Formats: sequence, structure tokens, C-alpha cells
Amino acid sequence: MLLRPPADIPSSEITPESTYLSRRDFLGRGAGALAAAAALPGVARAMPPQDKDELTPYEDVTTYNNFYEFGTDKADPAENSKGFTTKPWSVVVDGLVKKPFTLQLEDFIKPHKLEDRTYRHRCVEAWSMVIPWQGFPMADFIKRAEPLGSAKYVQFFTLHDPKRMPGQERPILPWPYTEALRLDEAMHPLAMFGTGLYGKTLLPQNGAPLRTITPWKYGFKACKSIVRITFTEKQPLNTWQLTNASEYGFYANVNPEVDHPRWTQSKERRIGEFRRRVTLMFNGYPQVASLYGGMDLHKNF
Amino acid sequence: MKSLPLPLPLPAAVLRFAPPARVTRVVLFVASCLPLLVIAGWLASDLMFHTRHLGSNPIKEAEHMTGEWTLRFLMFTLAVTPLRQLLGWNWLAKHRRTMGLFAFAYGSTHLLCWALLDVQLDWMDIVTDIMKRWYILIGMTAWLLMLPLAATSTAAMIRRLGKNWAPLHNLVFATVVLGCIHFFMAVKRDIEDPLLFASIFAVLLGWRVYMWWRRRQAAQVTPAIG
Repeated sequence: MLLRPPADIPSSEITPESTYLSRRDFLGRGAGALAAAAALPGVARAMPPQDKDELTPYEDVTTYNNFYEFGTDKADPAENSKGFTTKPWSVVVDGLVKKPFTLQLEDFIKPHKLEDRTYRHRCVEAWSMVIPWQGFPMADFIKRAEPLGSAKYVQFFTLHDPKRMPGQERPILPWPYTEALRLDEAMHPLAMFGTGLYGKTLLPQNGAPLRTITPWKYGFKACKSIVRITFTEKQPLNTWQLTNASEYGFYANVNPEVDHPRWTQSKERRIGEFRRRVTLMFNGYPQVASLYGGMDLHKNF
Repeated sequence: MKSLPLPLPLPAAVLRFAPPARVTRVVLFVASCLPLLVIAGWLASDLMFHTRHLGSNPIKEAEHMTGEWTLRFLMFTLAVTPLRQLLGWNWLAKHRRTMGLFAFAYGSTHLLCWALLDVQLDWMDIVTDIMKRWYILIGMTAWLLMLPLAATSTAAMIRRLGKNWAPLHNLVFATVVLGCIHFFMAVKRDIEDPLLFASIFAVLLGWRVYMWWRRRQAAQVTPAIG
């Protein structure tokens, strides 16, 4: 389904929310769940009913957020980002590219076809959601940026402006928030830049106006409210790894076999559900497995 | 310790404040039940009707709230002695047991919230969590240490234990220390709330050290005058 940028016509006007709610076009589902269930024989029998991935209500998606730039409680981002403006917004693209450039947000998005994609979203804190995103493949933009052959990683930076992002007034994390992907991960067809959800323009608490979406990774791997994208040869240190390397790594792939030191990652609570679900390898997106061939995922967590 | 003069020059009205016990007993009991009733009501409503009183993840929120109320009641318990010494409010002594038993009740609710609603009696997970996660082991120990205190809180047990009752009930300090550590370890990054509890505890403990020092001074000075 092709849509024009939400700024012109919100796709909520084209696709009613009720249609979203009844839709079942989950990318990579089915096969993914089966593969994971087969890989975890003992667990498959004890699995709570998880044959269905219902969309998480809009209310939950927009009020239960980890976005420390607007406060550390889950309800803080929605509350403290009221009045946060994303116009004007520009994005710097630099590092190992043919020619560094700066783009206004409109020009960043305009050349791309916006797509609707519903992905599972798994937080490192063992809760999860199902979110209907709008955005475009990250690969399409990376081709536009023309990275040099020496570029191996792409790094993203969130806006750093404590006046607009009050959470940054406290040194909870080393600001600005930064995240990075290996270039081949970023080029994977599942990786995308997000500009909206539920057919509406992205709200600040969800990372407006531009964020990354990598559904096979834990949520913290996403970089929100992006102002800079840089291409590097060396593996960058992402914010949570910089903060606590024993608990958060570079890859942050959803992996039920590698526990967080303080809690299990083998199960998760889907927001709105009572019973816990079994967490699937790569969050149920086995098509990314080839990216990590030969790697020890216990070490590279 | 009662023979020591009060350290603060307070107006007589404050020092004389002593509401009737039958009133304070009812007021404190109702007020102490209130958070539990509200949390339980909201949780039930959220789970059945998705009302979001406790946000989008109500089980987690109820777990956090009951945990924090446990620490609050432990702080109330530890505040009784300093308040008696500071304000002369000896009537508070009658309610320390109530506060302590409520700390135990909230701690037990916190534990049940985790075991029944969060991990949902998945014994494999419960056992591995206790064995592998330090903060759960520490929290569990803090709760276990409250068991003998709750069990020996009756008038008959106080009489039976005699001199041993007070040393036994000093275990409450261990519970608070472990409870605070448990809270520090449970948060991901923002330590503001655990730090607040630890600071209050430091003040309450510091007060005791100060009073102990004053008593020592008094004991040394008195014979010299006599």
C-alpha cells in the first residue's frame, strides 16, 4: 500500500483505524513463529496462546513509552512532550559519505514511498507491543547518502536540546542518545525509518519526526528524533552500552536464550494481555538470521 | 533515654498534642488500608476492563507500588522513636506495631504480585529468578526477615521473649537495608526513588546514632558532677 507523506494526507483518512485493527498482514509472521517453536521444543507445549498478534491499542502505543529525553516514567514522554515542535527540522548526514549534506525533514522523506508495516516491538524490559508503522526502507535512504566503501556502520543521534527535551536536564544518560547499526543490518529490508504510526504523523513520545525501526532488536536499539546520521568504519559505542556494557551490548538482538543479567528474556508480556508469551528468536523475524552467521550471539548480545 | 531533655524547644501545644488512642487507631488503620484497596481496585479494573488506571502495564505498576509502600511503612515504623524523642509524642508508640504489620502486609502483597501475577507461578522461572538474580534473592531475604517479627508482635510473644524481644526486632534494620538495595538494583537507570528512601533511612539511622552519642556523653558527665 502506497501512501503520500502523512504531513499532506494522514493515512488515517485513507485507511480507517477499524480496518487497521482487523488487518493481519504481519511481515514475516507464521514462518517465523513456526521456526522458533521448532527450535524450542520443550517450550512449545507450555506456550500460552500466541497464535494471534493483535494490534496494541493506539492509546497504549502513545502513552507507555521509554524515551528518557522526556522523563524516565513510562507516562512521562506523552506528558512532557506536549508542545514539542518538529518544524523546522533538519538532519545532518556526514562521516564516510561521498559528500556530507544537510536535509530539511521534508526533503529527507519526500523522495521515498511511505509504506505501512506492522511489526512486533519487544522492549528489553520484557514487554512487547504490535505497532502499525508508516515509513520507508532504511536501505533506500542509505543508497541516497552514497556511503564510501570504507563505511561499515551507520550511527544515529537524537536531538540534544534540554530546553525542548526536559529529561536531558538530568544526567540519566550521556546525551545525546546515540545508536548504530552495522551497514548490512541497516540495509536489511526489514529495517526502516519511521515517520508515523496508526496512519498518523509520529508523536514526539514515539520519536517524531524521524526514528529508526529494527523489529528484530530490542526497542532501545531504535534512535528517535534523529538529527544526525553518520557513517563510520569503526563500531560506534551506543548509549546503553556506554552506560552499562555488562547489561547492554551493541547488537541487542531479541534472543530468548540470552538473559538480561537481572531478568529472563525467554518470556514477555504483551501489553494488554494477562498471560506471558514465549519470546521468539529475533522477535519472530528469522529472515535476519543470515546477518549473524558464525557469530556467537551469547557474546555479541 | 526518656530522662534526656527534648532536643528542640517546642511550643507546649505541640508537645501536648496527644489524640485519643481509639481515634488514632481507627484513622491509622483506615489510612493504611487505603493504598492497598486503591491499588487492588485499579488493578482489577485494568485487568478486566483495560481502564489504564495503572497505565498500560498494570501488573508491573502494581508490583512497583506495593514494593514502594512496603518501604514507606518500614520508614513509618522507624520514624516512631525519633518522633517521640523529638516531639515527645509518646502516644505514637502504641501504633508502631500497626505500622510494622502493615509493612509486612504490603511486602507480602508485593511478593504475591510478583509470584502470582507477574511470573504466574511458573516455578521454573521463580526458582531460577531467586537463584540467578541477586536483587530478587535480596528482596526475598528482606521479606523472610519480616516473618519472625510479625510472628512475635503479639502481646503474649512480647512478654514471652522478654529481654530478647528488642534485639530480635532490630532485624527490621536489616530488612530496610536489604529492601533499599533491592530497590536500587531493580531500577534500570534512574535511581532517584531508591535514593530518596535510602536518604530517609540514613536520617532515621543517623538520629539514632546521635541519640546514642548523647546518652554516652550524659553518662560520662553525670558522675563527675555528682
